[in-house]
Amino acid sequence: MKFGIVVFPGSNCDQDCFYVVKDILNLPVEYIWHKETELDSVDCIILPGGFSYGDYLRTGAIARFSPVMDSIVDFVKKGGIVLGICNGFQILLEAGLLPGAILRNANLHFICKYAYIRAENTETPFTNLCKKSRVLKIPIAHNEGNYYIDEDGLKNLEKNRQIVFRYCSSDGEVNKEQNPNGAMGNIAGIVNRDRNVLGMMPHPERCTEQELGSEDGFLIFKSMVQWLNKRG
Amino acid sequence: MEAEIYITLKRTVADPQGLTVEHALNSLGYQDVEEVRMGKLVIVKLNLKDKIEAEQRVDQMCKKLLANPIIEDYKFKIKG
Repeated sequence: MKFGIVVFPGSNCDQDCFYVVKDILNLPVEYIWHKETELDSVDCIILPGGFSYGDYLRTGAIARFSPVMDSIVDFVKKGGIVLGICNGFQILLEAGLLPGAILRNANLHFICKYAYIRAENTETPFTNLCKKSRVLKIPIAHNEGNYYIDEDGLKNLEKNRQIVFRYCSSDGEVNKEQNPNGAMGNIAGIVNRDRNVLGMMPHPERCTEQELGSEDGFLIFKSMVQWLNKRG
Repeated sequence: MEAEIYITLKRTVADPQGLTVEHALNSLGYQDVEEVRMGKLVIVKLNLKDKIEAEQRVDQMCKKLLANPIIEDYKFKIKG
């Protein structure tokens, strides 16, 4: 089982993701430069956080046209699993691999702090080791994390159980006060209809060891490994 | 030929930046300001001579890259 971590010009969480896979999961991992188009050697792809192309125009808008993205679309069609974190999530939205868009935080501030998110759907390749409604403590760090989708789109997300994480209190209550960025429905992460692409604003790669304040992010990586092992 | 492309958030999308500027103008005494919407101006120089062709090309560029149709509207003027 091998992980691939895509590196765009301006990615800056790629090394953290690499470290988690290599040193915490003890699994093979490689960097994939955004100009590469050959993805056959990996079983799972991570689009890391950062500021691809300086966030110019819109977050993820230019990275979405990198050569690697066409190959990622094919990878997804074949059932491969893709995790997009923060800027990676923004790129997946711009690429149309996930529905909706990201707006600037409602309070116009860059927010960098620990947040609590509740696992809404635990039957995905990314959350299968979470108990139902499990609350995870995972840091956020973004200026554009305000998830937006139109009303019909939101209904579809709910109907198809595509909302995977919502911002909540430490005891799992979802309300406006716990919404850091104005995201519609407190949404912190969603999957596609086939459940093999997850985009999330919080950074699981920043919290896989207790020394860092939380190891809840590990559950997400471990779920992916579990799912890939089961698939064989 | 030159295209001036204006990109703004859709009416249905909240624009906190515009709202902040609106409040600032109100507090400076401009009570006649009812609403402010912020946006982007993109100026594109084109190596084209035909205006209709330029309009088609710019429209394509907007749809493909410059605007995100989920959250943004665009309009443009072709000059020269």
